[in-house]
Amino acid sequence: MQNVQTAPASRTVRSLKRLRRYPATLFGFTVVGLFLLMAIFGPLVAPYKFSDQELTNKLKPASAEHWFGTDQFGRDIYSRILTGSRDVFTIAGSGTLLAVFLGLTLGLLSGYFGGMMDEALMRLMDVLLSIPPLLLAMIILGTVGPSRLNIVIVVGFLYIPMVARVVRSVVLDIKTREFVEAAKMRGESNSYILFREILPNVLPPLAVEASMRFSYSIFLVASLGFLGLGIQPPSPDWGMMVSEGRTWFNLAPWVLLYPAGTIALLVVGVAFMSDGLRRMLLPGGVTS
Amino acid sequence: MTPDEKSTILDVNNLWVTYATENSPLHTVRNVTMKIARGEIYGLVGESGSGKTTLARALVRYLPRNGSITKGSISLAGTDLLALPQSELRKVWGARVTMVHQDPAKAINPSIPVGEQIAEMARVHLGMSQAQAKKKSLEMLEKVQLPDPESVAGRYAHQLSGGMLQRILIATALTTNPQFLIMDEPTTALDVTTEAVILDLVRDLLREYETAVLYITHNLGVVARICDRVGVMYAGELMEEGSIQQVFKQNLHPYTLGLLGCVPRIDMNKSDIDLHTIPGHIPRPNELPQGCIFAPRCAIAEEACNAERPSLADVENNRHMTACRRWADVAKNMHIITKEKVKEEVDMEEIPLLLDARNIEKQFKVRRSGLSNLFAWKPDIVRAVDNMTVRVRKGATMGIVGESGCGKTTFARCVAGFESATSGDLFLDGESLPYSIAERSKATLRKIQLVFQNPDASLNPQHPVGQSVGRPLALLGNVLPSEIEKRVRELFEAVNLPADYVHRLPHELSGGEKQRVAIARAFAADPQLMILDEPISSLDVSVQASLMNLLAELQKSHGTSYLFISHDLAAVRHLSDWIAVVYLGRIWEIGSAEDVFSPPYHPYTEALLSAIPIPDPNIHQERIRLHGSVPSAVNIPAGCRFHTRCPRKIGAICETESPPWQNVTRFHSICCHIPLEELRAMQAPVAVENGKEPQ
Repeated sequence: MQNVQTAPASRTVRSLKRLRRYPATLFGFTVVGLFLLMAIFGPLVAPYKFSDQELTNKLKPASAEHWFGTDQFGRDIYSRILTGSRDVFTIAGSGTLLAVFLGLTLGLLSGYFGGMMDEALMRLMDVLLSIPPLLLAMIILGTVGPSRLNIVIVVGFLYIPMVARVVRSVVLDIKTREFVEAAKMRGESNSYILFREILPNVLPPLAVEASMRFSYSIFLVASLGFLGLGIQPPSPDWGMMVSEGRTWFNLAPWVLLYPAGTIALLVVGVAFMSDGLRRMLLPGGVTS
Repeated sequence: MTPDEKSTILDVNNLWVTYATENSPLHTVRNVTMKIARGEIYGLVGESGSGKTTLARALVRYLPRNGSITKGSISLAGTDLLALPQSELRKVWGARVTMVHQDPAKAINPSIPVGEQIAEMARVHLGMSQAQAKKKSLEMLEKVQLPDPESVAGRYAHQLSGGMLQRILIATALTTNPQFLIMDEPTTALDVTTEAVILDLVRDLLREYETAVLYITHNLGVVARICDRVGVMYAGELMEEGSIQQVFKQNLHPYTLGLLGCVPRIDMNKSDIDLHTIPGHIPRPNELPQGCIFAPRCAIAEEACNAERPSLADVENNRHMTACRRWADVAKNMHIITKEKVKEEVDMEEIPLLLDARNIEKQFKVRRSGLSNLFAWKPDIVRAVDNMTVRVRKGATMGIVGESGCGKTTFARCVAGFESATSGDLFLDGESLPYSIAERSKATLRKIQLVFQNPDASLNPQHPVGQSVGRPLALLGNVLPSEIEKRVRELFEAVNLPADYVHRLPHELSGGEKQRVAIARAFAADPQLMILDEPISSLDVSVQASLMNLLAELQKSHGTSYLFISHDLAAVRHLSDWIAVVYLGRIWEIGSAEDVFSPPYHPYTEALLSAIPIPDPNIHQERIRLHGSVPSAVNIPAGCRFHTRCPRKIGAICETESPPWQNVTRFHSICCHIPLEELRAMQAPVAVENGKEPQ
């Protein structure tokens, strides 16, 4: 409070310092960071091509040549996981972004204007929420076919209600604050109030919600892959790898365990990161 | 009262309390020594951040996990509290030491009947049986003068008013007949008339129970009314301690003197006197000055004050302690707090009207809660504002005063256009003013601006404060874009904020500074009418004083009219030229500030005035108390709305007929059935200095 110039910088430093005291958050950020690097560079540095088959070398345990072992076609599991990470990030990520964008729009409108539109939109969201996401995704993808674009749209669509509800509740709180009334008092337009006064206050809780949705999306995409409704073979989809690995579990458990462990690690990592974001961005609860 | 050593209940010596934080340990309470005797009420006053609550919690060893007592000793009637193991301490809490908190709604469990909560105390600490405990709880409810204890005992917290809940907390705290009771701002959340009743009750009960009491408050008036001794705390240390007479009348510390000067008086206003202000702000425990901690803000500090920190000492050997090395000079410097002005006489009738709000009504439809809602045909109608007529003259202040829920804020919001009035006429500067903001032109919007109560919510937390002030200029102020920054800096200067604050975010400012920014923002539009909705009530007295001075000064230089809404009569008296007293959605007395505050009064005004705690032990106030609570605005009493609580009710006429308006002078009218001559005969000036009038 005493020193204006250094305040923002020192706040970042303080946030980082505080991070040290929360090992789970640090873990989350590190894991997500590593996976992100993997998604960008993984396919380039993978020792084998994901589709290379060595039929003489199938179902081999981990070794110096094949770090995570090989699967039933003798493909290198490590390379397949590395290559598959890009799809996980792009599909779950785009799905999340779509949900965040649409959810933000609906939440802002519904929260700010209220009335009949709010009622209509929110009841529609309730309908969406009342159907188990996986079931709905299976029905839709079973009908239209599992392309990358379709998966993104389905994931985005399914998570709109959660995002919209969070945004709406924040808007409902912010719009009765006195600085919004002061803006009305000087005759600001609705768009100014919505985008310049309210939106900046929605962003921190939205970032937290988005990171949480991201972890759910990863899990949903993997589940769809497991059910055969994800990216189609021979692309290395983690969920599909788990599904295929089931057959060989007694003989070669690593075929299942490595991709399953990878999914778990990323989901837990994102969840810890989301918790940490909440602590940093919303120190006093959702709306303070 | 001079208690001898034997009757000392609480004996604290050189107490230090330290919080462990990320960076360095914070010594939040330093070197505090105090004694409280049996039956004595010890007032602890100080502004927020002075360490009052930390000290109180430390006294009963109830500190948060990172807080600890690092030095000193506490003895409670001979028991060394610091030596007790945790298990023994739990037997002390509740039995020998109890506490009454500020917010009764939070201190009472909402899902247990209140009688049961008192009975629990009796069972756990007094070892009573179910039946005995129940009897005890009824007895305690009777002690705190709750009507019909049987029925109250079975109710839940949400079915009782704030004043009743506070009585229940007091009953709970006294159930075990504790040796030591801590009351932490017990009346701060209450209305002034309720506060007065509770203070009377506390005073009487504590006489009877002979408990030693630590009474924490920021309100000097409350201290003067109920305490025997008082300690003034500043930034973690005691600055002055003594009897009420000593501290209020012969004070030996410039901080105490300054605090007293900050409080507006009910017999003077802005044209008579400038309030005293204390420059700067309370230092935090990690940035204390080397010498006297008050020296940087002190009007009589000298070089030597910065060299060494004085400790509390009994300088005159009469149990009047001070931590000022220049204590002998304080009395000679009374002039630093009294700045009387030469009054300018103006004929108030001459000044043209700015706002003319005629017969404003505002009704809300509310749905009843709970099951009955399902069967209710029509929603209930709350008549929040019922036929209020208010005029504001150019460059003058109209003060609207009333207790919470009386409709004063709703009225202000109707004028501002946030709420559309149900009926009535609004005129601004002779032109008709549409009800809602949406229908008002930009030019009209510019003319009315508002300063809100809560400084934390009135600025966008994501915008630098300079941007908040600059926006109205860009939108309304006919200012060239290139000049906006310059104007913003001028406005910051006008509200006494450093110009380099423009880049700060609201959370980097203190409450008072935020409110200054909000005032600058409102003035940026260069309004004719400024609506001030309790702009100072959430702030400390010294900050309040400087804001009131600022508002008075800005009014003078800009010629702006104020509509000042407040429950604080002294603040209203200080800032207003005209005052309207509101109860249950209607005005009962209106007139020039001086007239309204002198007899004859409306009986409600009289009760309000006699309830305000005045920080002067020598002032004698008529003891007029309002009992019961304000009726609901859904079922407004017939006849005079005030008859259910009026101490001067004359008979059936009050219950059946609406009272007439009676003109006292050209500028002063009262709405009451009692003829003016009778009012005059029965009413005395509300506050008279002892000795000036035979008692």
